[in-house]
Amino acid sequence: MNNPQLDSDGHLRHLLSIEGLPKRILNQILDTAESFVGVAEREVKKVPLLRGKTVCNLFFENSTRTRTTFEIAAKRLSADVISLNVGTSSQSKGETILDTVDNLIAMHADMFVVRHAQSGAAHLIAKHVPPHIHVINAGDGRHSHPTQGLLDVFTIRKYKPDLHNLRIAIVGDVLHSRVARSEIHALTTLGVPEVRVIAPKTLLPAQVEKLGVHVYHDINAGLKDVDVVMMLRLQNERMNGAMLPSSQEYFKTYGLTQEKLALAKPDAIVMHPGPMNRGVEIDSSVADGKQSVILPQVTYGIAIRMAVMAILAGGQVASGSAGGS
Amino acid sequence: MTDQNIPLSNTQLPNAEALVITLAQKLEPLLQNNTALVGIHSGGVWLMQRLLVLLEKTIANYDVEHGALDVSFYRDDYAQRGLKAENRPSQIPFDVENKHIILIDDVFYTGRTARAAMNELFDYGRPASITLIALVNRGGRELPIAPQIVAADIPLEATQHLQLTQLTDGSLALELTSQNNSARPQEHE
Repeated sequence: MNNPQLDSDGHLRHLLSIEGLPKRILNQILDTAESFVGVAEREVKKVPLLRGKTVCNLFFENSTRTRTTFEIAAKRLSADVISLNVGTSSQSKGETILDTVDNLIAMHADMFVVRHAQSGAAHLIAKHVPPHIHVINAGDGRHSHPTQGLLDVFTIRKYKPDLHNLRIAIVGDVLHSRVARSEIHALTTLGVPEVRVIAPKTLLPAQVEKLGVHVYHDINAGLKDVDVVMMLRLQNERMNGAMLPSSQEYFKTYGLTQEKLALAKPDAIVMHPGPMNRGVEIDSSVADGKQSVILPQVTYGIAIRMAVMAILAGGQVASGSAGGS
Repeated sequence: MTDQNIPLSNTQLPNAEALVITLAQKLEPLLQNNTALVGIHSGGVWLMQRLLVLLEKTIANYDVEHGALDVSFYRDDYAQRGLKAENRPSQIPFDVENKHIILIDDVFYTGRTARAAMNELFDYGRPASITLIALVNRGGRELPIAPQIVAADIPLEATQHLQLTQLTDGSLALELTSQNNSARPQEHE
């Protein structure tokens, strides 16, 4: 089957999921993001790459952080950005997604950033648009959230550059988490030797081992000697059965406290994709503690999103330059 | 060397290390207080590293700072060619505002890289002045931009490609290739 994310020359055309992306592309995105980190520290926090391009943020599901960072990223690339909160627009009048997209294409949109509660929404749009238009998945249902996975790996690489020597634990609601899936794919593709998932059975997808992870139900055993602890949000709004006794009970068993964190390596870092439920999956003293890199994750998210948009809008990766200077 | 004397092979090229010394001699009188060197990746940075060694005393005297630019995000051919697979972060670890900037390029050709570099520099601040220096001016300008100091003028045909390379010991060499057929030589910058 054709990979809709890559064009016939193997260049990135859409970013829909980390699954199916070769290591080469992941590294290209991470390395390019490295160059964008410094842009935020300049007097003029802008580069002219996407001048004259229009980026449409299509958010069919609420998100503050992701939408804002995509918007800032596009603006720092000099694009014009339109953020549509589709819940409050034509969709509520009965327009289909693809009709909304066609109308925006008629307005000369060049790129779509799509967030939707339904898995596969971004794929649907990517299959529909003409070749010069690019689609980025900003989270679809339980399926995938590739830029979050990439920014997490980027953050890990910043603090622990040798990915081939790491033990990483992902803790919490893996079942409902598109972030966890994207993280697992990115980490295993980039050669992290040991990825653990720590959760009660009710919050793990069936056959999660097939993703190449080690499963722990006991957090104390799972956190032992890890280099990175990635907490997941307890997805209350996605839970439609009684999978857990109560959030207090969950905190007692799986919430990250200083005592539990002490089981990890002394220089372990703590991550969380946000938004955090303090006192449910993470204790405030850990979230605000010196091992926490939760806010740097947000900052790096902008660089990652700039890199993805810059690579997509460039259409191709040149093997050389214009021929001298 | 004149237009009638276009080198056709590597054997007719001047020695790059000799050119570096010439360039250092020409550059030295320009160094003053409040000067900073900025190399353009990759060749310009290699060249800057050699100049930093050759002019070590003068540079220390005037407290000359240095940095590096990767102009990938400012190139005018981005829409056609996209981003290069390898780009490096630009590093300007000093305040550009009111500095006399010496912008360093290896082979000056169309002027497009210099334009991109100047645009990028201005996003860091407003320099007092920018002086463009290059090891070789190969002709073929497409913009009204020219280096103020070069070590050699070597006019070349459009089909010829002149590239600076860095050897494992850090010394520099010039390499000339011709692109007669469709095959493009591997260019780095």
